[in-house]
Amino acid sequence: MRKNSDRFSYYAMILPGLVLLFAFTFVPLFYSVIAFQKFNPALGIQGSPWVGLDNFLYIFRVRDARQVFYNTIFIAVMKIILLELAAITFALLLNELRYMRVKRAVQTMVYLPHFLSWVILAGILRTILARNGLLNDFLGLLGISPVYFLGRPDIFPWVIILSDVWKEFGFEAILYLAALTAIDPTLYEVAELDGANRVQKMWYISIPGILPTIVLVASLSLGGILNAGFDQIFNLYSPIVYSSGDILDTYVYRVGLIQGQYSIGTAVGLLKTVVSLILIGISYWFAGKFANYRIF
Amino acid sequence: MVYSKRLQDRIVDWLIAAFLLALGVSTLLPLINTLAISLSERAAVSGGLVKLLPVGFNLTAYEYIIQDVKFWRAFGISVLRVVLGGLLNFGLAILTAFPLSRTERAFPGRTVFVWLFVFGMILNVGIVPWYLTIAGYGLIDSIWALVLPGAVPIWNVIILMNFFRNIPKELDEAARIDGANPWQLLWHIYLPTSLPALATITLFSIVGHWNSFFDGLILMNNPDNYPLQTYIQQLVIADRPILHGGQAQLMAKLSNATLNAAKLFVAMIPILMVYPFLQRYFVRGIMLGAVKE
Repeated sequence: MRKNSDRFSYYAMILPGLVLLFAFTFVPLFYSVIAFQKFNPALGIQGSPWVGLDNFLYIFRVRDARQVFYNTIFIAVMKIILLELAAITFALLLNELRYMRVKRAVQTMVYLPHFLSWVILAGILRTILARNGLLNDFLGLLGISPVYFLGRPDIFPWVIILSDVWKEFGFEAILYLAALTAIDPTLYEVAELDGANRVQKMWYISIPGILPTIVLVASLSLGGILNAGFDQIFNLYSPIVYSSGDILDTYVYRVGLIQGQYSIGTAVGLLKTVVSLILIGISYWFAGKFANYRIF
Repeated sequence: MVYSKRLQDRIVDWLIAAFLLALGVSTLLPLINTLAISLSERAAVSGGLVKLLPVGFNLTAYEYIIQDVKFWRAFGISVLRVVLGGLLNFGLAILTAFPLSRTERAFPGRTVFVWLFVFGMILNVGIVPWYLTIAGYGLIDSIWALVLPGAVPIWNVIILMNFFRNIPKELDEAARIDGANPWQLLWHIYLPTSLPALATITLFSIVGHWNSFFDGLILMNNPDNYPLQTYIQQLVIADRPILHGGQAQLMAKLSNATLNAAKLFVAMIPILMVYPFLQRYFVRGIMLGAVKE
């Protein structure tokens, strides 16, 4: 009797969440069938003609789409590698720092950009990266002539990758800092007695200590290699750099919503969804196997 | 010998400290540049003379913003979405996480539900079907379009669920013996013990709502309904100066660059205000996600 009323309470609690999950996550999944149609908003899903796999065949034929796919993976993978390298280096250096006040001040400064939106940061970066902006002034001191960072297809992906490192390296380092604090301090003491110097302690104690975290982050980031950062690129790119800067998400937005080719946009999106699901599945499996990680 | 080693060690300490301080300061240089531009006179800004300090210091841009109706309308919509969205996220995270933290025996179907939510989290349907769904509900140009689609913060639900599961079972049993039902259990035992976790996920929600611009861009047809980030995106990035409110004659004194910089800075202020709390809680928040057995 008691048990039944308890269960009823639990179902009542979870009901609103389930309804919203259904309405905003699973209903869009049904709408995805328009990837197999030549969708016309005036006719609706029932009235629009079915075209089988035509939209998918079309995607594989156009050169744009292949380039976009390549850009996405290139930017995402380079971001992961450089961001983690920067975060690990920063965490290791911060761990060596003995002045607590300086440590806290540095952390306060580098964490800030993580909490600002890409709209704000892109607004700032557009000024900094302009021809007469701060960065070109600095390069001028080194005798380098002004570079149009946001207008050169060969440079643009690196602007994206490095500005992402700038925004996130501090925040990303938190995971490694936590792993470093968890290392048993007696290990360092024993090493000191054995005459180990700073670099040796870092190499033989600190780095092995954060290795599980590195493995974990590497595994989990596999799930994100089709996400190159929509908000960031959308706010920094322009038609001049589409050739190297256009990614899946920006392409879907332009083709699907701006040009109104709903079915093509949905087909690209659906492909991305399916591949991402598989990648995330694999990444969770890796993380569970090699780093003992479970989300619940 | 020992002394020299210590001295050497200390020099390395200083070098590391100097390097990290320089790194920290240079991380902030772009923001300082923007602040300086917002406080400078028109000619200096157009000439690209403003670096880290204002040239021809004045507050005209800020005086202008204070009277800018369109800016404050967008600001108000952002505040509204933060409050509405934050409350919804908060309530739904608790209501969803609590039953999911129960055992399968106490709440049959629990495991299936957890998987359903996790699947919903990693399933990222494209924006076209997402847009069509929300348009289908007739939510275009409504504030609800900005808060309902993300109303169940699944990642926060998982964090909270794991937190609930780590609360000692003894507390639970003691309350049961006193005859508490699930609602009382949640209210009197689980919520009071989870305050740090709740503060953390609430801050995540607030920052997320304040910072998002894309939903505002595609779900609001009328620019009057834009939240602040969308408004700034259209103004500064997409370069639609028509969105500047107020009188045109002021524009003679002000360059667009100065005004835009000032608007970027004002949009940052709410984040700067909650930043001390963010710093205190988010380190813990990241760690909360971990499962302890």
